[in-house]
Amino acid sequence: MKQSEGTAKISVKDLNLFYGEKQALFDVSLDIEEKKVTALIGPSGCGKSTFLRTLNRMNDLIDGVKISGDIVIDKEDIYKSADVIKLRTKVGMVFQKPNLFPMSIYDNVAYGPRAQGIKNKKELNKIVEESLRGAAIWDEVKDRLKSSALGLSGGQQQRVCIARAIAMKPDVILMDEPTSALDPISTLKVEELIAQLKKAYTIVIVTHNMQQAARVSDKTAFFLNGEVIEYDVTNSVFSNPKDQRTEDYVTGRFG
Amino acid sequence: MMNVRKNFDKNLQQLQNKMMEMNALTVSAFEKAFTAFKTQDVELALRVIDEDTVIDNLDHEINQFAVWLIAKETPFATDLRRIIASLKITSDIERIADFAVNIAKATAKIGNTESLINITSLEKMNEVSLDMLKKAVTAFIDGNMEYAKEVAALDDIVDNAYAETYKSITEYLRTHPEQTTQLVQLLFINRYLERTADHITNIAESAAYLIKGQIYDLNQ
Repeated sequence: MKQSEGTAKISVKDLNLFYGEKQALFDVSLDIEEKKVTALIGPSGCGKSTFLRTLNRMNDLIDGVKISGDIVIDKEDIYKSADVIKLRTKVGMVFQKPNLFPMSIYDNVAYGPRAQGIKNKKELNKIVEESLRGAAIWDEVKDRLKSSALGLSGGQQQRVCIARAIAMKPDVILMDEPTSALDPISTLKVEELIAQLKKAYTIVIVTHNMQQAARVSDKTAFFLNGEVIEYDVTNSVFSNPKDQRTEDYVTGRFG
Repeated sequence: MMNVRKNFDKNLQQLQNKMMEMNALTVSAFEKAFTAFKTQDVELALRVIDEDTVIDNLDHEINQFAVWLIAKETPFATDLRRIIASLKITSDIERIADFAVNIAKATAKIGNTESLINITSLEKMNEVSLDMLKKAVTAFIDGNMEYAKEVAALDDIVDNAYAETYKSITEYLRTHPEQTTQLVQLLFINRYLERTADHITNIAESAAYLIKGQIYDLNQ
């Protein structure tokens, strides 16, 4: 398996994961490069979302999950250190459907920083503006920061979700099918945003949309039945895959 | 396993069928053009020039079809390479058909006179080129890498014959200036055949690209 040539932000080694008796990930080893976009593709149930959720220990919330192997982020094994809160600050997440709180746009973005103890109004204002700017939504919402976030369109809500993730000043942003509920134009806006974000963040994205993986990512990992079948620069995976199973999947010849 | 891309596969087959049709017409045009040249049959030559429109139309049709396939199917991997290779090969075939037309035009200019074809290697070049074209197209259709490589080797034969022919024509010209009209046309035909072989080598390269997924330079 080809490993990264750049700086590994996240290094995963021999990762196995069980939901009770059922094994969902088999000996997954891959390095995720810093300030790059890594796409995880594969059919439903292949383990890509499960894998994504191991990166900020979201699976800890599910009963009966057993994990072995190492996940090292910035030289720290995240399953050996106990501070999950700190981990989730550093590794933010954006979900399939926008999941804003029923409160104002401003309060949504300020929620995390406030929970961290930031009270200073000026400082909060600055974080909110910077985060909304970073998520390419500032111009669209700056005049209605105090109105309910749920009044925004789906595409706008998803970008506010990204702003909310950025407000925590993470290093890594995990995205689980972030555009699957969005219309094509909103999807392209989020993709543009991803291209911007990778200058500052390491991004790992799960997507069912192969054109999206091809457009936004630098590297792509193809998962099948809980294993990584192929992990390479995106261009190779989509124009000249090495493994027949990858070829069958990306060309849609997969049952 | 269920094939969820049956319709796409059918379209790819249609694309290939169109290319085969275009190739068959081009081979026929080439054979006719060379026969016309050899037998000084101006009427046949004019027919080749006339019939080229059919090949040009097929070229346009294939291009539009390929562009539409890319737009609607967003192909990846082998599918993508197949369509790209088809586009490139089609444009090479179209050029080859143009050389058949050029040979036909040269034939018309030579007219009826004592043929000097025997001082050249043009017949051999024509034979080898047709063999190359068959192999290059088969390399693409069957994914046969050995054929693609053979095409490159055969191109060397054509290149050598080209150099020989050039030399013999220019030498003959010095002693027979009264034959200038025909000799100049023979020089042109020499060039057309050499270029034809180059385009056929390009087809073999496109086949290699489809098979191996990387760019091959066989034109060396």
